[in-house]
Amino acid sequence: MSDKVPVTVLTGYLGAGKTTLLNRILSEPHGQKYAVIVNEFGEIGIDNDLVVGADEEIFEMNNGCICCTVRGDLVRIIDGLMRRKGKFDAIIVETTGLADPAPVAQTFFMDDNVGRKAKLDAVVTVADARWLQDRLKDAPEAKNQIAFADVILLNKTDLVEPDALSELEARIRGINPYAKLHKTERCRIALPEVLGRNAFDLDRIMEIEPEFLGGDGHHHHDHDHDHAHDHEHGHGHAHHHDGGLKHYHDEEMQSVSLKTDRPLDPDKFFPWVQELVQIEGPNILRCKGILSFKDDDQRFVFQGVHMILDGDHQRPWQPGEKRESRIVFIGRKLPMDKIREGFAGCAA
Amino acid sequence: MTDSRANTPSVVERTRPVKTGAPVVAAHFLRETAAFVLGEGAIVLVPRAGEARNVSVHDGAILATAADAKRILTGGDDGKVVATDAEGESTILAADAKQRWIDHVAVGPAGVLAWSVGREACVRTAKGSERTLEVPSTVGGLAFAPKGLRLAVAHYNGLTLWFANAQSEPERLQWKGSHLDVAVSPDGRFVITSMQEPTLHGWRLADRKDMRMSGYGARVRSLDWSVGGKWLATSGSTQLILWPFQGKDGPMGKAPRILAPAEVQVEVVACHPKQEAVAVGYTDGLVLLVRIEDGAEVLARKGAGAPITALAWSATGAALAVGAEDGEAGVIDLG
Repeated sequence: MSDKVPVTVLTGYLGAGKTTLLNRILSEPHGQKYAVIVNEFGEIGIDNDLVVGADEEIFEMNNGCICCTVRGDLVRIIDGLMRRKGKFDAIIVETTGLADPAPVAQTFFMDDNVGRKAKLDAVVTVADARWLQDRLKDAPEAKNQIAFADVILLNKTDLVEPDALSELEARIRGINPYAKLHKTERCRIALPEVLGRNAFDLDRIMEIEPEFLGGDGHHHHDHDHDHAHDHEHGHGHAHHHDGGLKHYHDEEMQSVSLKTDRPLDPDKFFPWVQELVQIEGPNILRCKGILSFKDDDQRFVFQGVHMILDGDHQRPWQPGEKRESRIVFIGRKLPMDKIREGFAGCAA
Repeated sequence: MTDSRANTPSVVERTRPVKTGAPVVAAHFLRETAAFVLGEGAIVLVPRAGEARNVSVHDGAILATAADAKRILTGGDDGKVVATDAEGESTILAADAKQRWIDHVAVGPAGVLAWSVGREACVRTAKGSERTLEVPSTVGGLAFAPKGLRLAVAHYNGLTLWFANAQSEPERLQWKGSHLDVAVSPDGRFVITSMQEPTLHGWRLADRKDMRMSGYGARVRSLDWSVGGKWLATSGSTQLILWPFQGKDGPMGKAPRILAPAEVQVEVVACHPKQEAVAVGYTDGLVLLVRIEDGAEVLARKGAGAPITALAWSATGAALAVGAEDGEAGVIDLG
């Protein structure tokens, strides 16, 4: 069903620049019409008859998952907007600065009516380059938003020195190495970098290489960015990486990426991953993976948000394509060894 | 789907097709006139003898609709509550000052009406006086008790029962979770809500005993009482699910009757006003008329199209209005 309306979720701590980005999206001459779901009315400087005010109503589901929450207001609003389907091309959800993106994302997996008509496109997080460092220390919400993101705009880069910026970039990478990272001033960015990302499309889970290894995210900002400068050492866990960025391990939020050439046994893998997300679900923010099963010519892909897993056979393995399985978890205080051992035990 | 019901008796040829041109979200009958409510602000009126005509009633989307024999009440994303009669005359009954969405509407007997905006539920008596109640979270659904004196308001973590005319405090029935549609049994003994999870919750009002009706594969988005309230027909499965409400305990400890299995989901149910039979609309456009007693089926529309989104019986049961997501609609003459 390709006629599902794409939904972009804009998050970011208070004052980071979400509304600036939203206004930019709405005012550019792209010929697209957006329905916008906002929390604070009146901040949008553009006339748009499809701006809907929402109260962030987080509803728990009585299905035994302690972290399964949905945004009740979104269930209602998306149902209402769909009655005007055809009048807009995409939906943008702006969350409040203190919001957790998970209930928004979970709404698309948990509510069959929403899931049938709309699809999550990407979680885009705007971060304030000047204050992010502090917020990562004192605001768990800000760290959550970084960890959850598919696209990060490190905004207001004109307010910090290049050194501080590259330090900040390394901090972000320590939390979430997989998001596309863009450095912006006043959220100036080409809209295709933010919209139409298909980040939650199972068919697009092809490249789950850490983004900074590819260096792709560095081409989009206007600054000169010197990666060859000297690093000061002694910053806890910081150490060098090929790209020149320091490598941080955030004390609280980490990612783990595992891969193996050995085919997996589906009868071992599924029970393992299901139990893992049942137990560690509250701490696992996102996960995704590409899997090669024994005696199976199809690539299997999956993704998850907290305790919710979504997966399917994607396509046949191509001739010459390396059949390996790779999984990634981003979360809080992840039991790395347990995950590593568990995954190793899934080999056929 | 169609093949598996090749030998089912059919009334398909008695259909008067109607092309509405926009997704149908609900259907009603104003006496002999079929009315198809469209998502994008209009109502198509189809008199028994005469041309169909399209009446624009909202400047935007219609989010909620309910009807009695004389008028259709609609709530829109333009913040208006509008009543429209069979002649296509529309009256604006209320307009939200901030143009907030009118999420739900309900009609009771003797001209009493209700609607909701966010957390506020408003009741308007036949004489035109209005009272507003605020509940703890956004209203999920509204329904009047049979006499029209008491309004049931579904919301997060329960239900509020409110005598809008009385000074007494609204009564709160608690059950954890998000309650959406609400239905009060025709005898007024039970109130049922559909929840965000694929289950129904119910209360017996006499002693407030809780009931859970579960086992669904999808969220229940359509429920209707059979004539006299003996059964509650619901969607939420690939079969028609009927919960027994004849006994004093309602469905407590009983299994539902399960009829009309298909390969696709049931989208809409509508009970016949005189007989124990249910019109059932499916995701693939199939509509079956199902007799509750023995499960006998009559084919009313073939399953080869867009999901059925609206079903309504005329007051006598002589006509059935059918509407689909792609704007295809029809009136089936069963008289």
